Amino acid sequence: MTPVRVLVPNPLRSYTRDVATVSAEGGTLADVVGDLDRRYPGIRFRIVDEHGRIRQHIKFFVNGLQVRDLSPRLDRDDEVMIVCALSGG
Amino acid sequence: MAQAAKMPARRVSLLLATRKGLWQLHGDATRRSWRVAGPQFLGHIVHHCIADPRDGKTMLAAARTGHLGPTIFRSADRGRSWHEAKQPPAFGEGSNRTVDHTFWLTPGHASEPGVWYAGTSPQGLFRSEDGGATWRGVAGFNEHPQRKAWCGGDQDGTPDGAKLHSILIDPRDPKHMYIGMSSGGVFESTDAGADWRPLNHGVKADFLPQPDPEYGHDPHCVRLHPLLPDRLYQQNHCGIYRLDRPADRWEDIGVGMPKSVGPIGFPMVVHPREPDTIWVFPMDGTSVWPRVSPGGKPAVYRSVNGGKTWQRQATGLPKSQGWWTVKRQAMTADAGAPAGIYFGTTSGAVWGSRDEGRTWKCLAAHLPEIYAVETM
Repeated sequence: MTPVRVLVPNPLRSYTRDVATVSAEGGTLADVVGDLDRRYPGIRFRIVDEHGRIRQHIKFFVNGLQVRDLSPRLDRDDEVMIVCALSGG
Repeated sequence: MAQAAKMPARRVSLLLATRKGLWQLHGDATRRSWRVAGPQFLGHIVHHCIADPRDGKTMLAAARTGHLGPTIFRSADRGRSWHEAKQPPAFGEGSNRTVDHTFWLTPGHASEPGVWYAGTSPQGLFRSEDGGATWRGVAGFNEHPQRKAWCGGDQDGTPDGAKLHSILIDPRDPKHMYIGMSSGGVFESTDAGADWRPLNHGVKADFLPQPDPEYGHDPHCVRLHPLLPDRLYQQNHCGIYRLDRPADRWEDIGVGMPKSVGPIGFPMVVHPREPDTIWVFPMDGTSVWPRVSPGGKPAVYRSVNGGKTWQRQATGLPKSQGWWTVKRQAMTADAGAPAGIYFGTTSGAVWGSRDEGRTWKCLAAHLPEIYAVETM
């Protein structure tokens, strides 16, 4: 399995016990999100819907570049950043 | 009306689901003094929180945030600690719909401990058999061949999304259920949700071209009387209605409301013991639908004869410049004698009456917009 670093935004840190950077494994972004959910149960459904689509106000960046879905392949030591978009009120 | 005999004092707590979290209001034994507790889930949009009357300690709360997807929180100790559902309500793989939020929670029948139902936006019906830990779609509704026609499209929903609400379980038969949908109307199942049929005859839908359509209506809140389960009431987008089963044509009981106030509102409350006694909270549904108290003069209206006549109950409420209203889940009654009536406002205040609406007192203010009020 490929270990990657995942930067977790504030609104999701109730799942990671306030840890901002965690490790997860997987060959694709979808695998990594699945592994995150095994380590931190419930986190996936808050950011990805029941059809595997990234939720409307969530963004994923891989090594600083935004990705639009969970299909990208990941390499060892890639960095995944989860961001809550500027929205709300 | 004869004065009800006073019942032994029982402490009442109110569960306040708001746009920014969950609060509780704890009353003393006389229901005169109230203490605010909370918040919990600060920053979460809590659409509904309700306690399980079957065990007196389980509570479920439906929550999401502006960014994060919807979930269900569960408490087994009257709200002291909470745990997230392992599998919140979500549509199946064959569906192209996504649950935006869970809007309504209903504990199941007394004979089915651990069973709960949830209604979502967009309209979906879900069932849990383990106290809210895991949820499955009720296929008889979510995959019904007529579902799409019943629910309509994106333009048929309420401003913050179409909703399935008012999940009612017949206390005599766990297989007999009603649901309300905005939009869609009222629907009935007699086989535990395996099949459904519309139940809307007699209800106006002046936003549709047909004079008496089979479905497509907008019930805002439907209630079933627990001691007379064949008696249904609904506060609808187009008026107030009553239905005595097995009849299937609703009777318009909003005609007796004063013309200057009108029959439009969101909530509907039934008396805990008297099936003919109900309360509504009218709002301005004229012109562009301001959805505030008519004329800025908030008032509750009560009927003690099943909706034939109505009395204004506004003693203690602002006499003018009160520009708020009460959402469909934000008004309720306790089981006391006389019954306590409570409502939460869009301006974040909670009002209560310990004399069945004759006089009102502000129990809490300065909270976020209140979405739901339930007693515990």
